[in-house]
Amino acid sequence: MSLRLPPALRRYAEHPFWQAVGLLVLAYVVVVFVIPLLPGSAIVPKSVVLQYMATVLVGVLIYVSDNEERWARFKEPLGALATEPRLKLVRGVVLAGVTGLVGLVTYGQVRTTVAAPPNLRSIHPAPPTEITFRGHSVTLTGLDNPLRQHPESAAAHLVVGKRIYYQNCLPCHGDHLDGQGHYASGFNPIPANFQDNGTIAQLTESFVFWRIAKGGPGLPREGTPWNSAMPRWEDFLTEREIWSVILFLYDQTGWTPRTWEKTVSSER
Amino acid sequence: MSDVLLLVQAAADTTRAYGEFPVIGARAAVWIAAEVHLMFAAFVLGVPMFAVVTEAIGIFGGDERYDRLSKEFTRLLLVAYSATAIWGTVLLFFLATLYPRFFAYLFAIFKYSAWVYAGLFFFESFTLYLYYYGWDRWKKGRAKVGHWTLGILLNVWGTIVMFIANSWLTYMMSPPRDIGPTTDPTTIKLWHAIANATWMPINVHRLVANVVFGGAIVGAYASYRFLAARTDEERAHYDWMGYVGNFIAISALIVLPFAGYWLGREIYQYDQSMGITMMGGFMSWLWVIQAFLIAVLFLTGNYYLWIGMGRIPGAERFRPYTKWLLAVLVLGAIVWGTPHTMIADSKELAAMGGSHHPFLGALGVMSAKNTAVNLMILTTFLSFLMYRRGNMRLVVPWARAGTMIQAAMFAIAAGVVLFYGIRGYFVDAIVRIGFSVYQVLAVLACIAGVTVIDILLGRGAQSLGAIQWGKMPPRSQYALFILAVTFTWLMGLMGFARSGVRQYWHVWQVMQDTSKYAATPALGYASKMISLCVLIFLSLVAFVFWLGGLAEKSTFVSAGEGKARHVGH
Repeated sequence: MSLRLPPALRRYAEHPFWQAVGLLVLAYVVVVFVIPLLPGSAIVPKSVVLQYMATVLVGVLIYVSDNEERWARFKEPLGALATEPRLKLVRGVVLAGVTGLVGLVTYGQVRTTVAAPPNLRSIHPAPPTEITFRGHSVTLTGLDNPLRQHPESAAAHLVVGKRIYYQNCLPCHGDHLDGQGHYASGFNPIPANFQDNGTIAQLTESFVFWRIAKGGPGLPREGTPWNSAMPRWEDFLTEREIWSVILFLYDQTGWTPRTWEKTVSSER
Repeated sequence: MSDVLLLVQAAADTTRAYGEFPVIGARAAVWIAAEVHLMFAAFVLGVPMFAVVTEAIGIFGGDERYDRLSKEFTRLLLVAYSATAIWGTVLLFFLATLYPRFFAYLFAIFKYSAWVYAGLFFFESFTLYLYYYGWDRWKKGRAKVGHWTLGILLNVWGTIVMFIANSWLTYMMSPPRDIGPTTDPTTIKLWHAIANATWMPINVHRLVANVVFGGAIVGAYASYRFLAARTDEERAHYDWMGYVGNFIAISALIVLPFAGYWLGREIYQYDQSMGITMMGGFMSWLWVIQAFLIAVLFLTGNYYLWIGMGRIPGAERFRPYTKWLLAVLVLGAIVWGTPHTMIADSKELAAMGGSHHPFLGALGVMSAKNTAVNLMILTTFLSFLMYRRGNMRLVVPWARAGTMIQAAMFAIAAGVVLFYGIRGYFVDAIVRIGFSVYQVLAVLACIAGVTVIDILLGRGAQSLGAIQWGKMPPRSQYALFILAVTFTWLMGLMGFARSGVRQYWHVWQVMQDTSKYAATPALGYASKMISLCVLIFLSLVAFVFWLGGLAEKSTFVSAGEGKARHVGH
């Protein structure tokens, strides 16, 4: 069942050096070109490409050096390139290529660009234990959506939530609740995508309440830089309206909110 | 109300609550002193565990090499103890002069345990002196067993000392809920403060970690001596020593994540916001770095074993499989290191629709990470098994059936890990958290079951040839160095994560840090500080190693004395 390669090609395919080169090229092609082509996927950020390639490089180096015979064969072409007179031209090209590559990387690092630099912003900073909402305190720990206590009124609350959403949230978070509203592209960070399994699907409703009520200005220290454009909705909406819109978010996306561990709430 | 109290507290702090340290500042001074002290403490707690186990193997197994190995390490301990005490004293003076109000508060509660601590250090030191200087005098028969008992005592004192110190730092992190900013520290019952929520998880985590660290330091010492060796016999001895150190380090490393998981869970249970800061918020980036470093440990540990198979006659049978094990480890490392929230520029963010990658984001959550790490643990265990089997020819009649059962156990464990890993994507977070317990149990059951069968399979096994100790390329020894450096780095890094989640509190929600250093440091600054501590510690350890070689000749046994031994200890 083995693939029959022409002898000249087989010589390369069985050589550890060219296997290493092949594996690195294959990994790069998969990460940079194949993954973005998968359904629903997107380009892989440069930081992640670097991380993946570094891991693959370590794996490849382990592969070529974990036994003496393979290690000696791996070094053969490198030794030949460095010393053999017949490879003088190739040596010159490789040296020029490596120097050029280093220069290119350096240029890429220092050239002026209009793009904002990436930052390590904490998307889900730890919530406080309690907050004040229009002057009265709300304990967030162990708090569930109070509107869920009366399932018979859920439909009415959803109607309110939908109205609130379309009046206030739509321009940024979009018609599909996917963070692709009309103004979305003007923001950095871009508005939250509620359809993503990494946003409201991972959070308790009290966390979502806190974020809506306090918005960007209410982000704690660890949520820096404070450049989120999300307003403080407590200035415009009542507590009940915020809980209604939260009901709407979960209902529309189909996610269920994260629940509290029994022991935590009872201990508190 | 508590805000008012904290304001009052801050006002009171204007009267000599904090001292100043030149150039680097008070926080950095305490940081360096505490971290280097802790690293030496781990050294002097980990290495005696190693020494007492190897001495027991020497006594009960009748192999004198182990006894000499044990003695060689106890010799290093003498100097390391002094270094631990010196750094401990530096820390004490720094705390008392730079953070006097906090120091007074803490020891108003813990003064009695501090006295016991000092007393135990005295006992510990003199037990060590007896243990080392009595080595050659109490060498045979009952006296030797008595000597070994001294080694056990040394570990008992050391463990109690660690438990006491752990109670101080865990109180800072998780003080009992009935203690608030207004509680008079002199009214707090000592045991109530000691037995706080994170005390026992940290005790267990550090105990296991010290075994790992002890093994890694032994491995680094052996590699240093191997590279400096002048004869084949010396090289063979230190090659063997490095193998034993690595074996102990990696074996204990396999259970360490489970102890860490318990600690993390207790932190969440104690205070969810502290847990979120640690795992999902600001500190979460440290876990990505940690994933990298632990992947380095797994890869390097396996690499050392695979190179080591080159010196085992018969191990070439298993060579074709190592590349597949490597593939699992590399894929596991990729999954484990994939961040959920990615570092991306605005163009990449727009293309991804947020900080979470629509496809790779699925690898950034706990289901994927738990699956990856459990499969990496299983793979590492399989490497050990192949190494152990290297020069064995099984003779028991059920050898084939036994091996098939072992293979089935691996397949079932991997199946359970994958099943719960995938299922985790389709259930609530609360249910998903419980799945990791099933994954861990499957892996532990596989390790225990396969080990028992392997021991039974190995009964009366024929040897395909003695291990050619010393026939290792130098790069294998650098792998041992990498292990020791990575372990040390990890200790500093994760210690910062654990301590840093308190943010601007000396004692979580009880005593606020009102000094100018109250802000949690940026990750870049923290990484530099941790690296500096690692550098200071390793430089001092290198000096200790050098002294170890200066004081006496090395303890290698000539080839004539060592029997051709089986692999796997």
